[in-house]
Amino acid sequence: MSAAVLLILPIIVPAVTGMLTLLARSFPSAQRVLSLLGTTALFATGGLLLVQVQAGGIQATQMGDWPAPFGITLVADYLSAGLVAVTGFVAAAVAVYALRGIDAEREKFGFHTLFHLLLMGINGAFLTGDLFNMYVWFEVLLIASFVLLVLGNGREQLDGAVKYVGINLVASVSFLAAIGLVYGMTGTLNLADLAGSMQNVRQSGMEATVAMLFLIGFGIKAGLFPLYFWLPASYHTPPAPIAAVFAGLLTKVGIYSLLRVFTLLFPEPTGYTQTVLLVVAGATMLLGAFGALVQRNVLRLLAFLVISAMGYVAMGLGFFTTLGLAGAVFYIFQDIPVKTSLFLMGGLMERETGTNQLGDMGGIYTHRPLLAAAFIVPAFSLAGFPPFPGFWGKLTLVQAGLAAEQWTLVAVALIAGALTLLIVGQVWARAFWRPARNDGLVSNMSAGTRTILQGPVVGLALVLLAVGLYAQPLFDLAQTAAVHLTDTGPYVQAVLGR
Amino acid sequence: MLLALLFSIGWALAAPLLVRAAGRAAGWVLALGPAALFAGFLAAGGTVGPEASIRETAAWVPTLGVEASFVLDGLSLLFALLVTGLGAVIAVYAGSYLHGHRDLGRFYLLFFAFLSAMLGVVLADNLILLFIFWEGTSLCSYLLVGFKHESTPARTSALQALLVTGAGGLALLAGFLLLGIAGGSFELSVLMERGAAIRSHDLYLPAFLLIALGAFTKSAQVPFHFWLPNAMAAPTPVSAYLHSATMVKAGIYLLARTDPILGGTGLWTWTLAAAGAATMLVGAVGALRHTDLKKVLAYSTITALGTLVVLLGLSYGASIKAAIVFLLVHALYKSALFLVAGSIDHETGTRNVLHLGGLRRAMPLTAAAAVLAGLSMAGLPPLFGFVGKELAYKAKLGVENLGWLLPTIAVTANALTVAAAGILVARPFFGRRRTPDGSQVHEAPLGMWVGPVVIGLVGLAFGLVPGLLYAPVSAAVDAVAGEPVDINLALWYGVNTALYLSLATVALGVAAFAGWTPIRYALLRLRRLSRAGPERAYEAGLDGLFRLAAWQTRFFEGGSVRSYLAATFGVIALAVGGTLLLRGGVSLQPAVLLDGLQALPYETGLVAIVGAAALVAARLRSMLLSITSLGVVGLGLALLFVMMSAPDLAMTQFLVEVLIVVIALGVMQALPLAREVEPRGRRGRDAVLAVAVGATVSMLLLAVLRLPFDATVPQYFLEESVPGGFGRNVVNVILVDFRALDTLGEIAVLAVAAVGAFVVLKLGRPARSRLGPPPVPSVVLRAGARLLLALLVVTSLFMLWRGHNEPGGGFIGGLFAASAVVLYLMAFRQARTERLLRVPPRSALGVGLAVAVGSGLVGVALAGAPFLTGQWVAVGTLKLGTPLLFDVGVFLVVVGFTLTIVLSLERVVAGPPQPPQQPLASPEAAAADRQPARLNGGTTEPAEV
Repeated sequence: MSAAVLLILPIIVPAVTGMLTLLARSFPSAQRVLSLLGTTALFATGGLLLVQVQAGGIQATQMGDWPAPFGITLVADYLSAGLVAVTGFVAAAVAVYALRGIDAEREKFGFHTLFHLLLMGINGAFLTGDLFNMYVWFEVLLIASFVLLVLGNGREQLDGAVKYVGINLVASVSFLAAIGLVYGMTGTLNLADLAGSMQNVRQSGMEATVAMLFLIGFGIKAGLFPLYFWLPASYHTPPAPIAAVFAGLLTKVGIYSLLRVFTLLFPEPTGYTQTVLLVVAGATMLLGAFGALVQRNVLRLLAFLVISAMGYVAMGLGFFTTLGLAGAVFYIFQDIPVKTSLFLMGGLMERETGTNQLGDMGGIYTHRPLLAAAFIVPAFSLAGFPPFPGFWGKLTLVQAGLAAEQWTLVAVALIAGALTLLIVGQVWARAFWRPARNDGLVSNMSAGTRTILQGPVVGLALVLLAVGLYAQPLFDLAQTAAVHLTDTGPYVQAVLGR
Repeated sequence: MLLALLFSIGWALAAPLLVRAAGRAAGWVLALGPAALFAGFLAAGGTVGPEASIRETAAWVPTLGVEASFVLDGLSLLFALLVTGLGAVIAVYAGSYLHGHRDLGRFYLLFFAFLSAMLGVVLADNLILLFIFWEGTSLCSYLLVGFKHESTPARTSALQALLVTGAGGLALLAGFLLLGIAGGSFELSVLMERGAAIRSHDLYLPAFLLIALGAFTKSAQVPFHFWLPNAMAAPTPVSAYLHSATMVKAGIYLLARTDPILGGTGLWTWTLAAAGAATMLVGAVGALRHTDLKKVLAYSTITALGTLVVLLGLSYGASIKAAIVFLLVHALYKSALFLVAGSIDHETGTRNVLHLGGLRRAMPLTAAAAVLAGLSMAGLPPLFGFVGKELAYKAKLGVENLGWLLPTIAVTANALTVAAAGILVARPFFGRRRTPDGSQVHEAPLGMWVGPVVIGLVGLAFGLVPGLLYAPVSAAVDAVAGEPVDINLALWYGVNTALYLSLATVALGVAAFAGWTPIRYALLRLRRLSRAGPERAYEAGLDGLFRLAAWQTRFFEGGSVRSYLAATFGVIALAVGGTLLLRGGVSLQPAVLLDGLQALPYETGLVAIVGAAALVAARLRSMLLSITSLGVVGLGLALLFVMMSAPDLAMTQFLVEVLIVVIALGVMQALPLAREVEPRGRRGRDAVLAVAVGATVSMLLLAVLRLPFDATVPQYFLEESVPGGFGRNVVNVILVDFRALDTLGEIAVLAVAAVGAFVVLKLGRPARSRLGPPPVPSVVLRAGARLLLALLVVTSLFMLWRGHNEPGGGFIGGLFAASAVVLYLMAFRQARTERLLRVPPRSALGVGLAVAVGSGLVGVALAGAPFLTGQWVAVGTLKLGTPLLFDVGVFLVVVGFTLTIVLSLERVVAGPPQPPQQPLASPEAAAADRQPARLNGGTTEPAEV
C-alpha cells in the first residue's frame, strides 16, 4: 500500500467504524462485531505502517496534495508509527473486553461510536505534522472522552467530567495561544517547517515563554505536576473499558506532543526550560506515587499511578539526550498496555468482589489464580521490577540520568519506584491475598463472560511478559525513534523534501 | 549455564502439573530437577580449576549493555552446588511437610522459580543480568513468605521483606550503573581486571556505598536486619532454603564477587567490619530473647551473616578462606536445624521451646540430625563447624591494627551462638518429656527426617575429612581473592590462640545456656527500653510517609472545579508571565501603543465597548442581564471582524451569538435568575487572576506583533485559491480544501458534542421551569415564522452554494438553516417542529460526516491521490468538485448539531413531565451480567443515538 493511503487509514478506519456503529445503533451485537473488526483493522494498519516505516524510513503524505508547508502533512516516524500500532493493539483488547464489559444502555447511547471517534482523534494527534491540526485532534479526543465520561450520567461522573473538561479546555486555550504566538512569529504551522523557522523566536527572547505555554497545554493533558488534579478526579468514574482507554492512551497523547514539539521547536533547550521540565518531572513522579499511597478506591489509586508514570517520561525529555529520549519512548510504549490492562483489571476486580474499595476486597488469589497471575505482570512492571518491561524503561532512564549527572532526579526516580512497589504490594496483599469478606467472591458471571473479560487482561500480560523477556526489538524501535527526535534532519527531509 | 537456567525455569513451570501427577510422591519426584542440576554442576566442577572458569555469553539487550553472559568459576560453582543440592533436599522435605496442601502446586512453582533466580544471581557475569535475578529472588521471596496468605502477619511480613530488600535493590541498581560508568563495562569478568582503576575513580565511593546497601539489606545486616525474623512467617521449608541457606547469602555472594573490584580499601574494610560486627552482636543477643524455635534460628542466622560480612571485609587470604568455609558450615547446619524445627512443629503443633522437652525418644532420627547440626553450630569437634570457627578466629586474629576488639566481639557472639544451639537442640530433645498437650508424639515421616540426617552426616564427613573440600574451597577462595591463594584445610591445627578462644567460647556458651531463663527475662525487660530500634524507625517512617502523602493529596485534590480552575490560571500567569518577565522578550512602549490606538479610532472605541460589556457581565447578579452583556461582547467582536474585512468570520460569529442567546435563554428557564454572591475574598482572588492572565496574554501579543510577519503561507493561499482550488473565497477554500482535514476534525467535534448534549439532556433529571408553563406564542410570530422559515432555508442553500466564491459556505449556510428551524420552534413548540423535520436531526450528523469523509476518499479511489485531494469536473462553465461535496457535509453536520442541542434542551425544559432518572449503574458496581433495563419510562421517543 502506498504511504499516502497507509498514513490516512489509522484516521479513516476508526472514523468509518464509528459511522457504521452509528448506523447499526439499533443492533448492539452488530455494533460489537463492527467494533471488534474496526479495532482489528486498526491494529493491522498500525502494524503495516510500522513495517513500512522500518522498511522505508519516515513516511509523509500531504493532505489534498497541497505541498508542505502549505497544506496539512501527515507524518509517521518510528515514534508515531509505533504509537499508532500500540494504540490499535490496546484498542482491540479493549474492544474484546467491551463485548461483555459495557452495559446495554451505554451501548445504546453510542459507546462504540464515541470509542472509535476517540481513537480517530488519538491517531490523528499521533500522525499529524501540523501544529494547528494537532490542536484539532486534541479537540476531537477531548470532546469524545468527555461524552464517554458523562455517558452514565451519575452525579459522581458528571462532577468528574466537569472538572475534566474544564481544566482540559484551559489546556487547549493555552495550546492555542502558543500556536497563535508561534504562527505570528514564524508564519507557518507545519512542524517540520517550524523546526527551521524558530531562530526568529529564539532571537526575540520569547522561546522560553512559548515553551512554557506548550508545557502547560500539553502538561495538563499528560497529567504533569502541578496541573494533574483533574485526572484522579475523573478517571475512576467511567466503567473499566472507558477508563482503560483513557489511562492507556490519553495522557500519552499529551506527553507525545510534548516530545514532538519540544524536540522540533526547541532543539537546544535552554537551561531554564530544562530545569523547569526536570523539576516538573520529579514532582510528578513523587506526588503521583504519594497520591496513590493513600487511595482506598482501586481505580483512583491506579489513576494516581498514571500520573507518576508520566513523570518518568518527562524526565527522559528533560535529560534531552538520545538515551534519555529512548528511555522516554520505550517507557511510553510499554506503559500503554500496562495501564490499559491495569484498568481493565481494576474493573474485573470490582466485578468479582462487588466493591471498588481496597479495604473490602479480598480472595482473588485463592479464587481467581489466573487473574492474580495476570495482575503481577503489569503491576510489578509499573514498579519497575524485572523482568517486566517497566524495568527496561526505568533502567534506560536511570542510566541516562547518571550519564547526564542528574543525581537528584535519579534518586527521585528510584524513590518513586520504591513507593510504587509499596503501593503494588499493598494492593496485592489486600485485594488478592487477604481472604474474601464473605468466604467467596460475589460475582455471578457466567463462565463465557469471565473468559471474554479475562481474555484481554491475560493476553496483555503475556505480551508484556514477552516484551520484558526480550526487550531488544522494542528497544531498537525506541532507540531509532529517539535518534530521529534528537536529529530531526530526516523528519524535515521527509516532510519538506529538503 | 543458560541451559541449566532454562531447565530450572521449565521445571518451575511444570511443577504444578508434576504435583498433580505424582500425588503422594510429589516431593521425591520434584527433587529430581534440582538433583539433576546438582549432578550437572558437580560434573562441570571437575573442569573448573583454580585458574579456569567457564564463560558463556549470548546477546540479549546489547544496546543497553545487557548481555546474557554467565560465568562458572570457583565461587559460582560453590554457590550453585549449594543452591541445587539443598534445593533437592528441601524439595523432598516440603513434599511431606505440605502434604495435601491445596496450593502445593503453586508452592513448587514459586520454590523452583526462586531456585532459578538464585542460580541466575550466582552465575551471571553481567551486572544488570545479576540484578534482574536478584530482584527475581526478592519477588519470589515475597510470594513465598506470604504463602500462608490468609494470615495478616504473613502478609505484613512479606511486604516488609519486599520493601526492605526492594529498596536495597534500587540502591544496588544505581550502584551497578555507577560501577558500569566507572569501569566502562557491565561484565564482572572485565571489571575485575580494572579493579585498581575503579577504586581510584571519583564514582568509587557512591558506587561502593550503594552496592553495600543492596548487599546489606539482602543479607540482613544491622540496621536492616529486622525483616528476617519477621519473614519466619513463611512455611519452614522456605525459611530453611531462602532465609538461611541461599537468598540471604546473595548479599554475601555479591560482596565476595565484587571484592576483587571494590575490596581492599579502608572504606571497604571499615564499612563491612563495622556493619558485620554490629550484626553479629545484635543477632546473638536477639537469639536468646526468643522462645520460638524459628525466631532463635533467624537471629542466629543474622549472627552468621554478620560473621561472614566481617570476614569478607578483612579481605585477605585467610579471612576469605574462613568466609568460604564458614559459609558452607552455616548453610549445612542451619538448614538442617530449620528442617528439624519444622518437623517438631509438624509433630507437636508448637515451636515454643518452653513447651518442648525429651523428644529424642519419640523422634530419634530427627534428634540425631539435630544433635549433629547443633554440635556443628556450637563449633565442637569433630564437626565441620569446628573447622569453620577455628578458621574465623585465626582470620580475625591475623588483623593487626584492630587489636582485640574483633576477637572479643566474635567470642561473645559465638558464645551466645553456642547457647542458642543449646536452646535449639538440648531443650526440645533432652531433659524431661514435654509436649503442649501431653499427647503421644511420633517420628516425622521419611521425607522429613531424611533431609536433616543427610545434611548432618555431610557436616560430620566434612569435619572428619576437610580435605574433601579442598578443590571447591580453594577454587572459590581464588575467585574471591582474584589471585591463587595457598590454603590447607584440617580439623586439627594444633594448640594455638584460636583454640584457646574456642575453649573460652564453649565455656561461656555453656554458662549462658545454663543461665538462659534469667538472661531472657533481662533481655525482655531491656526490650522495652529499646523501642527506638530500626524496626520502629521503619514503622514510624512508613507511618510518616502515609501521613505526608495524605496531607499532600488533600492539599492537591480536595478542590471544586472553581478552585482547580483558579489554580490552573494561577499557574499559567505565574509560569508564562513569570518566564516572560524573567527571560525577556517583551518591551512595553506606551507611546507606540498610543499611536497605534489613535490610528484606529473606530476599532479602539469598539474594543472599549466590548471590554465594558465583559466587565458588566462579570459584575451583574442577574443571569439574564449577564447573558445579554455577553451577547454584546460577541456582537462587538463580530463588528470588529467586519472592520477587519473578514465577512465570513463576522457572519459566523453573528449567527453563533444569536443561537447562543437562544440556547442560553432556554437553559435559563431551569436556572436561578440571580447568581449567588461570592465571598469578597474569592472575588478578589479571581479579579487578581483575571488581571494577571489578561496582562500576560496582552504582553505576549505585543511581543509577537513587534516581530515582522512572514506571509509566505497566506500569500500561497491567495495565489493558489483560484487556479488550484477553483474558488475565489479564500477562507472557504482553506476550510474545504487547503486545510480540509482541520475542518473534518472540527465537524467530528460538533457531531460528538451534539451526541453528548443529547445524552446528558436525555438522561438528566427534567427541570421544572421556573417561569411557569411556556406562554402561547403570539400569532404574529407564528405567521412570521412560516414565512421566515422558507426565506431562511433558501438563504442557507444560497449561502452554501455561493460559499466557494463569495462570503458564505457550509458553516454559515448550516447556521442559517438551523436558525430558521429554531425560529419555527419558538413559534410552534417542539412537537410540530419534530413533525416538520420528519427525521431526528441527529441523523444529519452521521450523514454529514459520511459525506465529508466520502468526498475525501473519491480522489484516493479514482486517482490514488492523497486523502482530501479535490477532484473536479467541468459542467459547462461551472466547476464542480469534491471540496463542494465536503462543504455539504459540513452544512449537514452544523444543522444537525444545532438542532440536536436546541431540541434536546427544549424537551427538557418545556417537555412533558418525566419521572426522575436513575443514573446508569456501572457494570462493575452492579457486579452482574448485563440485564437490559428500560431507562426511559414513557418518554416520547426511544432512547438512542
